[in-house]
Amino acid sequence: MAGPTTDPRAAAPGTAVPTRRGTEALLLAFAVAITLAAQCIVDLTVTGSLRPELATFGIWFTALWTGAHLVVRKFAPYADPLLLPCVAVLTGLGLVMIHRLDIADPDSGADAPVQLLWATIGLLLFVAVLLVVRDHRLLSRYAYILMLLGLVLLTLPAILPASISEVNGAKIWIRVAGFSIQPGEFAKICLVVFFAAYLVDKRDVLALASRKVMGLELPRGRDLGPVLVVWLVSILVLVFERDLGSSLLLFGIFVVMLYVATERSSWLVIGLLLFAGGATIAYQAFGHVQARVDTWLDPFAYYDGSGYQVAQSLFGLGTGGLFGAGLGGGRPDEVPIAKSDFIAAAIGEELGLFGLAAVIMVYLVLVERGLRTSLIVRDPFGKLLAAGLSFAVAWQLFVVLGGVTGLLPLTGLTTPFLAYGGSSLVANFGLVALLVRISDAARRPATPHVAPQRLTDAPTEVVQP
Amino acid sequence: MNAPLRRVAISVLVLFTLLIVNINYIQVVRSEELREDGRNTRVLADEYSRERGAIVVAGEPIALSTPTDDRLKYLRQYPQGGLYAAVTGFYSVIYGATGIERAENPLLAGTDDRLFVRRISDLFTGRDPSGGDVVLTLDPAVQQAAMAGLEGQVGAVVALDPSTGAILGLASTPTYDPNLLASHDLDAVREAAAQLEAADPDPRSNQAISQRYAPGSIFKVIVSAAALENGYTPETVVPAPQVFDLPQSDGTLKNFNGSACDPSGQQPLIQALTISCNTAFAQLGIDLGEDAIRDMAEGFGFGREDLAIPLDVATSTLGEIENGDQLARTSIGQQDVQVTPMQAAMIAAAVANDGVLMKPYLVDQLLAPDLTVIDETDPEELSQPISARTAEQLTEMMTSVVTNGSGRAAGIRGIQVAGKTGTAENEGPDHNWFIGFAPADDPQIAVAVFVRNGGGTGGDTSAPIARQVIQAYLDAQEGR
Repeated sequence: MAGPTTDPRAAAPGTAVPTRRGTEALLLAFAVAITLAAQCIVDLTVTGSLRPELATFGIWFTALWTGAHLVVRKFAPYADPLLLPCVAVLTGLGLVMIHRLDIADPDSGADAPVQLLWATIGLLLFVAVLLVVRDHRLLSRYAYILMLLGLVLLTLPAILPASISEVNGAKIWIRVAGFSIQPGEFAKICLVVFFAAYLVDKRDVLALASRKVMGLELPRGRDLGPVLVVWLVSILVLVFERDLGSSLLLFGIFVVMLYVATERSSWLVIGLLLFAGGATIAYQAFGHVQARVDTWLDPFAYYDGSGYQVAQSLFGLGTGGLFGAGLGGGRPDEVPIAKSDFIAAAIGEELGLFGLAAVIMVYLVLVERGLRTSLIVRDPFGKLLAAGLSFAVAWQLFVVLGGVTGLLPLTGLTTPFLAYGGSSLVANFGLVALLVRISDAARRPATPHVAPQRLTDAPTEVVQP
Repeated sequence: MNAPLRRVAISVLVLFTLLIVNINYIQVVRSEELREDGRNTRVLADEYSRERGAIVVAGEPIALSTPTDDRLKYLRQYPQGGLYAAVTGFYSVIYGATGIERAENPLLAGTDDRLFVRRISDLFTGRDPSGGDVVLTLDPAVQQAAMAGLEGQVGAVVALDPSTGAILGLASTPTYDPNLLASHDLDAVREAAAQLEAADPDPRSNQAISQRYAPGSIFKVIVSAAALENGYTPETVVPAPQVFDLPQSDGTLKNFNGSACDPSGQQPLIQALTISCNTAFAQLGIDLGEDAIRDMAEGFGFGREDLAIPLDVATSTLGEIENGDQLARTSIGQQDVQVTPMQAAMIAAAVANDGVLMKPYLVDQLLAPDLTVIDETDPEELSQPISARTAEQLTEMMTSVVTNGSGRAAGIRGIQVAGKTGTAENEGPDHNWFIGFAPADDPQIAVAVFVRNGGGTGGDTSAPIARQVIQAYLDAQEGR
């Protein structure tokens, strides 16, 4: 059970727990203000005047978050007050950068309004999740259906013909009637829910140690099954969809959730070994993996080919320096696909080291609040789910930003909330809705003196070892 | 589950710290390198929106920016075409900048910190920021004579003011017209670049400072300097056999055309240099030893990896010397000895300047946009490889080369020219060298002339070019 410092009920026994909705509203207003100010700066710098559409954008964007806030206030009053503002500022900054890139290259079409539309759809999903999932524990009942759904979403692009599923060499898309979605983003959430339910179920067995080797308590051989299955699925994704990112994401999340569930660090070691093995085999066997790694080691050696994008990204970051070129002052459009995969490079170029570091800190706050939720929530399923979802955001950001900045090989993943792309944005709003739901359960007082009518919904105490 | 959760939270912190450390590395440590990479077109596009400073020689701009009507607001122009291409380099939308355009880019572009105050005031006055001018040390008469002399050849001329190191002429042929690469018509630029690329050698490769070649007999000046510093005098009689037996092998080393240097098989050092006697210098090199030769060469600038004028100068080297055979061949400037024409000129300049080697430099002054001087190069001493006494004796010996020996073609009526020829064997026809300075008693100019695969001798191919360059400079000085 959580310690006294992290249990809100222990802090003030017998008194009402503050909902902190006011804090959330204030922070949201701040996030909206930052976004609108940044929009104005972009327009003033690039065109020298403010567009009339800016008013529409401002009203729309404000309305979105006001709506989200009101829904949270009504249906998840004890939710963590930092989650939503973090998401708002990231989404807003993403919209600003996409708009800025729209102006830089008018031929590429206006993507910012489309992204705003996706954000709206995303918030609708956010609201829907809060309304439908009134208790996160209900999700565990649908774990196996979600697993099936997740696997179908994950493997669909591999089965579909390349004309529908392949963009820039990765088979991770479904393109129908002008819309393109990346089902992998939704599969990620489905699978995290499944992992959480499955691991809560099986964690006692998986935590059984058979023998101790070099201070490490190794699990029994027959319990290796699940981790091998996920490993195999990851490899298959890598091979058939040429999607290093999803593969890495999926496996990383599973191993960490396995570790949290069982409290056995031997699972981390086994995971690392499997990863090392898989990576070595993939490197030996597949040309596209080799090419990725070679490009990563020295992007400038492949400047005229596969290294061009990362090289341009590094040029942009280097040119940005400490303070950046200022919004609208740089040339972020020099990086191919800057709006989706390389939006972080655009931010680093125009807002500099300080801006990019600030964005990373916002992610850090988001993730750590999610993990804190996981710490204080009472039921093991909620704990694992919150941990899995939070780590998914962190891991995805690390892999993407690592790729953009040359720390890791480039993957096809998108920066959550910031990057242009409907599926990523909508799916991640769904992810945050789940986190908000769990954090509400975590902070809600067990005793019914605040909302007596909701007694039946109050989570049951689960006594843990 | 809380203990592993806390560990996961800490791991996330570590991962994000890694990201932030990495962007610090890229955006702070590597920032300048990435910003100034020639392939980074960002800064370039930004720079084209400002009036770039001019590169000036003797009061005339040899590179300047003129306003245009197209997207890039200023076009870079080079009024003299290919005359100064080896110095200015080019300034291209596609291929970035080279030469002075690159080396002095911050000032030309107006981003130099020394223009900071002015940039701030531009911000308030709404004046378009512009770059400063770079004034070069070049002398137009020297540059023109050098280019005219090299016409039709692959080669280079470097002329220095021996007392300061100021570069008076720096020519490389074949040359190219930088205007073609600076054009805003990108297809035309690509085509021009493809043509340059296809040529052999690529005219953009700078023969004067970037390419290294075997020096042949001009290297004997260094061996002579080592000898004089080690107790020899110009009159010391040294062995000069018709054929020199290489100590470590059955091979032999002969004189040019296989002739005898002296019927007696020995001759004074000054005579050996005057007729460029191979066998004498091979023996002399072995007698002096590798260390003496190597130390002397390094004193004259060999092995310097950081020489920038401010264009980077390739490092001249002796190469590894593994045995007596190689030392013998090194002593006559063959084997693995590799020098740039710039290095060759530095040898002549050090002898001319009483043994003191001055650091060569191209940039005389940097001017702010309002033409006030914001920086001026102070001549800098690089080293003193030989004493003034040795320099005097070497001058005497080199004067003899031009008066009585292989360098007669460099002679000018009424003026004493000191010099040394070089004819270097290589895979193709011989390279032809001449280094020298004049007037011998009060040196005003030191030159190195290099003709790649000229096929003749240093004396008949390169010495006349040196004479024209020296003559042009002395005439121009008189006219002023």
